[in-house]
Amino acid sequence: MFAVGLAACAVALVLALVRAMRGPTAFDRLLAVNAIGTTVILGIALHGYVLGRPEFVDISILYAIINFIGTFAVLKLFDTGGLGDSGGRAKPDLPSGEDGQ
Amino acid sequence: MEQIIDILSGLCIAAGIVALITGSLGLVRLPDLFSRTHAVGMMDTAGVGFIILGLIIHEGFTLISVKLALVGIFLFFTSPIATHAVAQVAYRAGLKPILDEDRTVGRVRAMPAAPKAKAARKEPKKTAKAASRKADKTAGKKAAVKKAPGKKAPGKKAPGKKAGGKR
Repeated sequence: MFAVGLAACAVALVLALVRAMRGPTAFDRLLAVNAIGTTVILGIALHGYVLGRPEFVDISILYAIINFIGTFAVLKLFDTGGLGDSGGRAKPDLPSGEDGQ
Repeated sequence: MEQIIDILSGLCIAAGIVALITGSLGLVRLPDLFSRTHAVGMMDTAGVGFIILGLIIHEGFTLISVKLALVGIFLFFTSPIATHAVAQVAYRAGLKPILDEDRTVGRVRAMPAAPKAKAARKEPKKTAKAASRKADKTAGKKAAVKKAPGKKAPGKKAPGKKAGGKR
């Protein structure tokens, strides 16, 4: 069953990759990359069980954290045009604490 | 007991596989960013939750299962947050969701070829409206691409067929 799950992760990854290539806007691509990260996390965990080394779960934790932080970093780059404190341009009409996270 | 645990974990992983495949198919097939977020949310909660639960049931109560639970809980809370943030930033960047009248046009386009003449006579006003909505949605190359096939009414069949062929 673990091998079947690994194959399903591969299929889901390929479908998300299709969306990442075709997506009309950058947000579609970002959503697809987020989904690819999720399937990679699941694939690492299942791959450890297929090989009989379940210690690979540690790498999955690392990937989960990197996926979350990376998505928010790219979102902040899209939203404010920079990764610094206030971004590239100041947006005073935003409620505070919305784009930082 | 061993067999019961195997069956339970297999069932959980199968449910997770179904959710994962369904979500990724929806990610490819759905028409809009804001509807694709639903598909991604399904992958991130149901797929991850069931597969991690199946692995935990298979593992028993060890340190590995605690780590698996950590991954599951982290993804269960952070993935919908990330999806919501993507939708919020996209909406603030000027991307408008597809509304009701656009959906009507899509349904007519998806119909078989027989009632095409009647539909084509009835529809061009709505199509023009939808095209203008799409045009002001993204003032870019996408608008130009979308507007060109929508202008002539009998060619309304063409974009649907083209999209179907591209998949």
